[in-house]
Amino acid sequence: MFHWLEKNPFLFSVGVFLVIAFAGIIEILPNFAEASRPVQGLRPYTVLELAGKEIYKKDNCIACHSQLIRPFKAETDRYGQYSLSGEYAYDRPFLWGSKRTGPDLHRVGNYRTTDWHENHMWEPTSVVPGSIMPAYKHQFTNIADIETAYAEAVTVKNVFNVPYGDDIKPGKAAFEAYKPKILAEAKKIAADMKNKDVKDAVAAGKVPEVVALIAYLNSLGSDRYEAKK
Amino acid sequence: MQSNAALEYDYSVAKLFTYTTILFGFLGMLIGTLIAAQLAFPELNYLLGEYGTFSRLRPLHTNIVIYGFTLSGVWATFYYSGQRVLKVSMAESKFIMAVGKIHFWLYFVAALAAVVSLLLGFTQSKEYAQMEWPFDIVVVLIWVLWGIAMFGLIGIRREKALYISMWYYIACFLGIAMLYLFNNMSVPTYFVSGNVGNILHSVSMYSGTNDALVQWWFGHNAVAFGFTVPIVAMIYYFLPKESGQAVYSYKLSLLSFWGLMFVYLWAGSHHLLWSTVPDWMQTMGSVFSVVLILPSWGSAINMLLTMKGEWNQLTENPLIKFMVLASTFYMLSTLEGPIQAIKSVNAIAHFTDWIPGHVHDGVLGWVVFMIMAALFHMAPRMFKREIYSKKLMEAQFWLQTTAVVLYFTSMWIAGITQGMMWRAVDEYGNLMYSFIDTVTVLHPYYAIRALAGVLYLTGFLMFAYNMFKTMTSSRELSEEPQFRSPMA
Repeated sequence: MFHWLEKNPFLFSVGVFLVIAFAGIIEILPNFAEASRPVQGLRPYTVLELAGKEIYKKDNCIACHSQLIRPFKAETDRYGQYSLSGEYAYDRPFLWGSKRTGPDLHRVGNYRTTDWHENHMWEPTSVVPGSIMPAYKHQFTNIADIETAYAEAVTVKNVFNVPYGDDIKPGKAAFEAYKPKILAEAKKIAADMKNKDVKDAVAAGKVPEVVALIAYLNSLGSDRYEAKK
Repeated sequence: MQSNAALEYDYSVAKLFTYTTILFGFLGMLIGTLIAAQLAFPELNYLLGEYGTFSRLRPLHTNIVIYGFTLSGVWATFYYSGQRVLKVSMAESKFIMAVGKIHFWLYFVAALAAVVSLLLGFTQSKEYAQMEWPFDIVVVLIWVLWGIAMFGLIGIRREKALYISMWYYIACFLGIAMLYLFNNMSVPTYFVSGNVGNILHSVSMYSGTNDALVQWWFGHNAVAFGFTVPIVAMIYYFLPKESGQAVYSYKLSLLSFWGLMFVYLWAGSHHLLWSTVPDWMQTMGSVFSVVLILPSWGSAINMLLTMKGEWNQLTENPLIKFMVLASTFYMLSTLEGPIQAIKSVNAIAHFTDWIPGHVHDGVLGWVVFMIMAALFHMAPRMFKREIYSKKLMEAQFWLQTTAVVLYFTSMWIAGITQGMMWRAVDEYGNLMYSFIDTVTVLHPYYAIRALAGVLYLTGFLMFAYNMFKTMTSSRELSEEPQFRSPMA
């Protein structure tokens, strides 16, 4: 029946490729433009928040935390309004996760504060008795890479038209000129914190990882909707 | 006409990949066992400072078992059986031999470098596609080298018709190439931003929901074309070879192959049920997942029926046991998957431990069992010595089977318990449990799973020891065994 095809490796391979490529074309392509539109009033992440998102990726929070509230009453009661496609428009990569060993974080900024996060990252069981999350004390001393976060902002602005201001532009000099804004934002976060190493580092013009991470976590939720401000 | 004298096949590349299969298998399972234990006993998170947390180690576990252990196994068996089904020796072409060797060494060095980069936290944070862009380029190179070796061998083959295993190896090659390329499309930030920041960093070409769709189209089918397709290639070669039985039905293998190729790719969106992906795609994912039972069971039943009339071999030969159990676990796993892909079940199962439970009855019961059986079959032929110990193999079989059963039963219970607790409400309609209640309740199941990990890892060490002794000090064979592998 198909014996002729099995004697012709080239046609066989072409056949296999067409059959496997088919589904992707039908499923992924039609919706592509639609799914990348932001919801109204959504602002892009600040550079500090992007640096925090990198910490979120580096320490791989998605191994245990999702960012996707499903449309069930049990979930909206627990985490807030279910997630909308347009809320993720500036998420590269998407960070929905696939496992909830810990709770969902898509709107964590609505109900947790900077000092709660500080205590929690230092010693999770101090605020959640019985927690099996490890402490992330190294984030209090490691310094976040804000330069790379700035490079990311420039890239998504130039390549994907993410609406950043004119002060986000290529080059080391532009980064140095922009840096005070990042530090000012970090200072606001650090003002609500008590860890001495963190306060000293921020005063010296450095951004500890935990400060960037908290900025990112605080941005998850209504904070990124300009209408709310 | 070619003379009928047996060809002298060259196993030097197959041997190299056999060594890394064992090495990465041990490493991947060791980390797996450690992170399983961390969920039961969180103090174990602090063994390696910031590098030893569950979150940092989890991608290491998945990447090492997928791209280290499984891929090594795929290539070890390909470089072994590819020559034999095509009736051509690697030694006949200096070029193909060189490509094979470069393929191995580039792979090995890149794999070690990738392990270090993941440990340091350089990641794209896309599951099973964590490696940053320079590694992606090397992966493409490695893949192209494999392609050259495979199609090179096909080009100089003597057996004109491609055997079923070759169909699956070709599909593995093409499928992973397509998926990997599209999912890893990203823009390195260093070059666009005028040389600012870290050169390794990149941003995904796709955002939000699109990124999710591409990622799970990849993630699901990386499982398909990495954990299913080449493993089916193995069982189609090694079960008939070890048992001396012909494949039960050619038509069934045709139907299963083309069915699997067409259906599998659609099912990716079942990872995104109840998400912001359009509803029709979610339903497509569910429907095709259920249809997927047909080609999956087609292959498995074809293999089980191959043993028709020869079931006595199951008691006499532990190698047959491994393969028949692998086939059975494949059936279990491909029934369980579609059940989880039904939207109402998925509402409970998604985000819970039932999912890792499902993954592990598939990989521990099917993938690892099949790869170990294949290497056991290859060892006497590659090293010209009988298998060191049948007793050890029997003990390993029962130890690991117990481990798999403990693993998936504990995770089923844990997953369904947690899924039910998340949605439980009291008489006034308020949530009954805070999140932490649904975590602490899982402790006993996490402990049982960690124990299962220890048992399985012990079994793997028995396998490694048996293989090592077979390579080095077991009785030498004067001629190649025809079917059943000789063992002491």
